[in-house]
Amino acid sequence: MPFAIRVEGLSLKKGYKLLISDLNFEVGPGECVALTGANGVGKTTLLRALAGFAPPHAGSIRIGDDNSDDSIVASNSHYLGHAESLSPSRRVDQELSFQCEYLGGTAGSLAEAVGKLRLNSLLDLEVRMLSAGQKRRLSLARLLMVERPVWLLDEPMSPLDTEHRALLAGMMQAHLSDGGLIVCAVHDPLPFETRELRLTRAEVGEVVYG
Amino acid sequence: MIPAALALLKRDLSLAFARGGGPVLAAGFYITLMAMVPLSLGPDAQTLSRIAPGLTWLCLALASLLSLERLFERDYEDGVFDLLRTGPLALEAVALLKCLAQWLGTGLILSLMTPVVMIILGAPVDAAGLSLIAALIGSLSFALIGGVGASLTLGSRKGGVLIALLVLPFYVPPVIFGAGLMDAYVTGAPIAQALGLLGAYGLFALALSPIAMGAALRSALN
Repeated sequence: MPFAIRVEGLSLKKGYKLLISDLNFEVGPGECVALTGANGVGKTTLLRALAGFAPPHAGSIRIGDDNSDDSIVASNSHYLGHAESLSPSRRVDQELSFQCEYLGGTAGSLAEAVGKLRLNSLLDLEVRMLSAGQKRRLSLARLLMVERPVWLLDEPMSPLDTEHRALLAGMMQAHLSDGGLIVCAVHDPLPFETRELRLTRAEVGEVVYG
Repeated sequence: MIPAALALLKRDLSLAFARGGGPVLAAGFYITLMAMVPLSLGPDAQTLSRIAPGLTWLCLALASLLSLERLFERDYEDGVFDLLRTGPLALEAVALLKCLAQWLGTGLILSLMTPVVMIILGAPVDAAGLSLIAALIGSLSFALIGGVGASLTLGSRKGGVLIALLVLPFYVPPVIFGAGLMDAYVTGAPIAQALGLLGAYGLFALALSPIAMGAALRSALN
């Protein structure tokens, strides 16, 4: 199914502060939108709203032409945030197989993801023993384990080394050429063609009640 | 949906049992508390057997409080809810499964100990079966109502004490019905009424707590 996200007149609040107001954009299949902007401008807030974690203050987020609600975006998307969604006391293989079962992947897709991200040597370690980059690679595994059209990534490159940045860029390009779509918060430009959506700090500090 | 639910239940159970966490602590707390009863009230067998049911239920309620603080807090801090929310289960179902895992890891073990503890304190041996059933229903209500308290205090520091304050008033009915049930049994009065009310409270908690937890989690996670 060709998948597109359409955002119309979107306003988002963080607490009582209006971070984003009247934002309009569209992401179509095979397209990558790079969210840029200063710290605290609302990149993460926008990604979380796209994932359906927080209801918009105003405006709408739709998929295709349907008048669908936010939760449908959530079940069609992978969200990778700053927190890695990993329990420190569990082993890597336990976490991977839980994520795979929970999100609806198969044992084959799990093995493939482990191979691609070179997680083999980490499987019997506890998550808390991993470095930040290793944890991120572990989180990336679910992008490959379970196929979903929308990837919402929050600074996915930051803890990775050069080699794995290239690997992730390759993964993202493959996803796009399969007709997937990506919304990705970044500070450094991605090594392939993207459409930039620069968030600006127009209404910083404006307080909205209700 | 079912595989996802089973995967989550399995994960939460293994987390509960990892490093001898919640279950062992709660069981130890329960036993220690019950062991202190004869020490503080004196070893008079008649007194002890009269108050055994009431005290057991009180201690069961207190022991059920112990690991509630970590019920949602751990996954909240680790960002696991971001992952859980992109899965096939609604937050209500996620919360209910977590409470169920909490009950299997803590309440179930406390319930299995309840008849033993009660008999040690002097309750009649033939009441063991009934006290087990009552404790199973009661501890399930404790876990569900406790889950509501845990979800409401999510993200606040000092959550533990706050949970106790929020939740203990709602632990009163099962304590009354559960202890009353045992008293009725011992005195030979009909038990159907107390058992029925205890079961009704359990079903009430089962029906309403997922909705409350879902709403509280959604607001905490925004």
